[in-house]
Parts: sequence; C-alpha cells; structure tokens
Amino acid sequence: MTLAIDARGLRKHFGRTEVLAGLDLAVPAGTVFALLGPNGAGKTTTINILTTLVRADSGTALVAGHDVVADTEEVKRRISLTGQSAAVDGVLTGTENLVMMGRLSGLSRREARVRAAELLDRFDLADAAGRRVGTYSGGMRRRLDLALSLIVAPAVLFLDEPTTGLDTRSRQELWSVIRSLAGAGTTVFLTTQYLEEADRLADRIAVLDGGRVAEEGTPDELKARIGGDVVELRDADGVLLLELPTDGSVHGLRAALDELDRAPAAAADGVAVSIRRPSLDDVFLDITARNAAPASPELLEAK
Amino acid sequence: MTTTTLVRPRIGAFTAESTFITRSFLHSVRDVESALMAIVLPVMLMLMFTWIFGNAIDPSGGYVDYVVPGIILLCAGFGSASTAVSVANDMTTGIIDRFRTMPLRSGAVLTGHVVASLARNLVATAVVILVALLVGFRPTATPLEWLAVFGLVALWILAITYLFAAIGLAASTPEAANGYGFILLFLPYLSSAFVPVETMPDWLQWIAENQPITPIIETLRSLLMGTPMGDSAWWAVGWCVVIIAGSVAWGAWLFRRKAGRR
Repeated sequence: MTLAIDARGLRKHFGRTEVLAGLDLAVPAGTVFALLGPNGAGKTTTINILTTLVRADSGTALVAGHDVVADTEEVKRRISLTGQSAAVDGVLTGTENLVMMGRLSGLSRREARVRAAELLDRFDLADAAGRRVGTYSGGMRRRLDLALSLIVAPAVLFLDEPTTGLDTRSRQELWSVIRSLAGAGTTVFLTTQYLEEADRLADRIAVLDGGRVAEEGTPDELKARIGGDVVELRDADGVLLLELPTDGSVHGLRAALDELDRAPAAAADGVAVSIRRPSLDDVFLDITARNAAPASPELLEAK
Repeated sequence: MTTTTLVRPRIGAFTAESTFITRSFLHSVRDVESALMAIVLPVMLMLMFTWIFGNAIDPSGGYVDYVVPGIILLCAGFGSASTAVSVANDMTTGIIDRFRTMPLRSGAVLTGHVVASLARNLVATAVVILVALLVGFRPTATPLEWLAVFGLVALWILAITYLFAAIGLAASTPEAANGYGFILLFLPYLSSAFVPVETMPDWLQWIAENQPITPIIETLRSLLMGTPMGDSAWWAVGWCVVIIAGSVAWGAWLFRRKAGRR
C-alpha cells in the first residue's frame, strides 16, 4: 500500500502556543481522508505544512512521495489546495480564472481554454463563464475554486473546510465530485467541521485534539470504539428530551432504561423511546471530552 | 474526462510572468475608475497651478513650463499607488496561497503588477504631457531629450511601483496599504516641483535638496526646458536604482516572512 501522505512527529508552535505536538498521519493513496477537530485544533496548520506553505518546527512529511521541505517543487507539481477563503480572482471572469490557472499549470493556451470549458460545464458554471467572479454567489465561487484545483487532476487534493457556507444542494454536488475524484486515483485530504460530511465521504477519519491525533480509523471503527448504542427519548413532536449512551451490554441497556423510569419526562403522553447506533457526533464529543478532562488538573498544578 | 496524469507539466521559462502580466493588465483595464483618477487628478492639479496659483507665483505666465515636470512625477505617484492596494488584496485573499502551492517563481505575481503599473503610468504620463501642451507648455527638448525624459520617468515609475508593492506586502489590509501610500504622495510638494527650493525655510530646504524627487525634477526640467543640468541626472538615476534595489530586497524579505508566519 503506497502512502499519499506520510507525516511523522510534526510539531509547530506560534509564539508560545503549541499548535501541533507531534502529529503522525498515514494516508493511503486514492482514499478520502478527513481530519476532524474543534476550532483551533491545528487543522489548517496541518494543511499548510503538508502543502509547503508553512514549515514545521520539527518532524517530517512526505506528500505524493516527496519531502515537503527538501523537495518542495516536486510536491507542488502534485498537489492542489482549496483553502478556506475562496482563492479566486474577482476581477476576472470564470473562464479567465480557469485559463490563467491552466497556463500556470503548464497547459498551452488552447489546452487551457478547452479545459476551462470542460470544467465550467462540469461544475455547472457554463452560463456564468463570461461574468466577473465578483458577481458570483458564494456557492458558485466555491465551485469555481474547486474547479481551479482540478485543472490538472492532482495526486493529492487538499480541501480546507470545502463545504462551509454552502447550501445542502451545493454540498451534495461537491461530495459527489470528491467521490468521483477519489475513484480516479486522486487522494483527497479534507478538514471539516461537519461530522456528517466526514461520515459520508471519508474512508478514514482522524480526530485532532491537543495537537495530536487522538483517534484514527474508519467511521465504523470509531463508532464501535466508543461502545454501544444510544437510548433516545423524544416527545410527540420528535424533539430530543434525553440521550443515554450505553456500553453495548444487556446490563448497560437495562441500566439506561432504569434511569428512564426515574426521569419525569418519560412519563408524559406521546413520549417515544428508541435505540440508535452512536453517531460521529457522539464519537467526537467523547474523544474531545476525554482528552480535556485529565488535562485540566495538570494544568492547575502547573500554575 | 482526462484525469489520469496527476502531475503538472513543467511550465515554460516566462509563462508565469507573462500570465501574471496579462492578469494585471486585465485588472488595470477593468478598474476604469482608478485609471481615470490617476490621470484626472494630476491634470486638475496642473490646471489649478497654471491658472489659479501660477500667475501669483510667476506673473510672466511661464509657470506652466516650470510645473510640468512636477505634475508628471505626481501623476506617476498617483498611478503607482494602486499597486500597493492590488498587492495587499492578493495577500489578504486566499489567492496568494494557491499561487504559493504551485511550482512558480514566487515573485512572478509581483512582476505582473509592476509591469502593468509601468504601462499604465507611461500612458498617463503621455496624456498629462498632451494636456500640458494644450494649456501652453512649450518645451524645447530634442527627440533624443524626449527619449531621455520618458526613460527617466519610466525608471521613476519602476522605483515607486516596487516601493508601493513592498508597502502592499507590509500592510495588513488593502485599506492600510492605501493609507501608507498616501504619505509618499506628499514628497513632490517638499521638492522643487512647485516652487524653487530657495524660497523655502532653511530646514525645509535641506530636506527638499536631499530627497529623490528634486534631482529627478531638475533633470526633467533641464531636458525639457534647457535649464542647467549640473549633476542632478546622476543623483536622479542613483536614487531610482537605490529605491528599486531596496524595495525589491524588502519586498522579497516580507514575502518570505509572510509565507512562513501563517
């Protein structure tokens, strides 16, 4: 199995803040990999290091088989980045943006124009091709931004929160594009705040916490790791009243039901109980809470 | 669709530069307001100095011949200032990160802005000179001297554009870049552009005589009107070269530092 990204012991601090504290990542080629984490966990810093924008204080990273520090140019020939703010030129038209990026990617003038037309079609922007990008809606800018990253299909595509601010329809379109890219051999490395997005898209997920990978695995592995099903109590309108995680054993389920008996809300009319598999949200909260809890006494002692 | 290569082809030696020059030209052409202001403001200043202040300063009516070199430099300043805003814009939107993650020479995007500024400002200079001729400017320059005038003006445009580009890199926002740029635009007033240096208070004379604008003005005036040149041409070219070298070094340093910081 070849690795598209092989990062070991990445550390980075800004001033006195340690953002990455020994990050390890191994992303198999041709897969979709999602990096999750609370705000400020170091997701963007990780992307910046892997895309050669920022140098790590220590540690090594190979991207598409090349070292991000020693072999920067070769890495740059094989990656694309779609960052958090849409990296498009608002003064130019959609076509001009794509042709410019095509020329910068080594296409001839004619190839660049052909490729621009292809991508405008594929991303449903053909009608707006001749309009200045400054007049585009947020969703259109985001789609153009992604199209710009795909002029030459990269070996590794980095997406920093690609669907933040998109409506549901645009988000699902983007998901299908990302999946088809992975099918064609591109490795996709994305960060996201939406756990549903990671669940639907990613082959593997890493949860970043305190500058390290706290958990890593397939979505199912992560869900299995926090144990058993969740007992839910909802009122007649479907509003969630109570959520009780169980450890998956019969005993655990019984304990949860006992607790429901004591809950006054459970006695009301129309209240329904159900059992569901844990979601990634549960996993995420569990991991970040678990890591936050033991850390706090140490911090207090240190002061 | 053909999505199998997964490696970008290598680009030609100057493809990045020519692509960015095309981009900056499109920006210049589409920003009609800025282009117009960069010409209209100096022309208005020239008309004001010729018709309102001119007769008070020089009752013989020849003030327009005196003031044109200053107006040309003022025009170059106004026109180049927008480079600071363009560069700051690139730095604060995500587009610079996209360029930085591509295998391109890092300064290529700045080259685009500088070349576009040079072309834009040479056109503006020509317009200003045409208007000056219409309101009574009567230069005595030979064709060769005209060539030297445009050469020196081009060198000054390059110098101040590189300086504005570096300011654009240093500024945290496009608005701030605009503000810093404004300070530089005062320099022509503290030179021999509008009044002879001898008429200023002593301490101001020292500033006026030892700043880059004065030797450039004196050189242009000598070329256009046949006033004595002295050693001002050497100072003029020297100042421009120093400013270009300093700004390029400062800009490159800022560019690297900003790349590493985030």
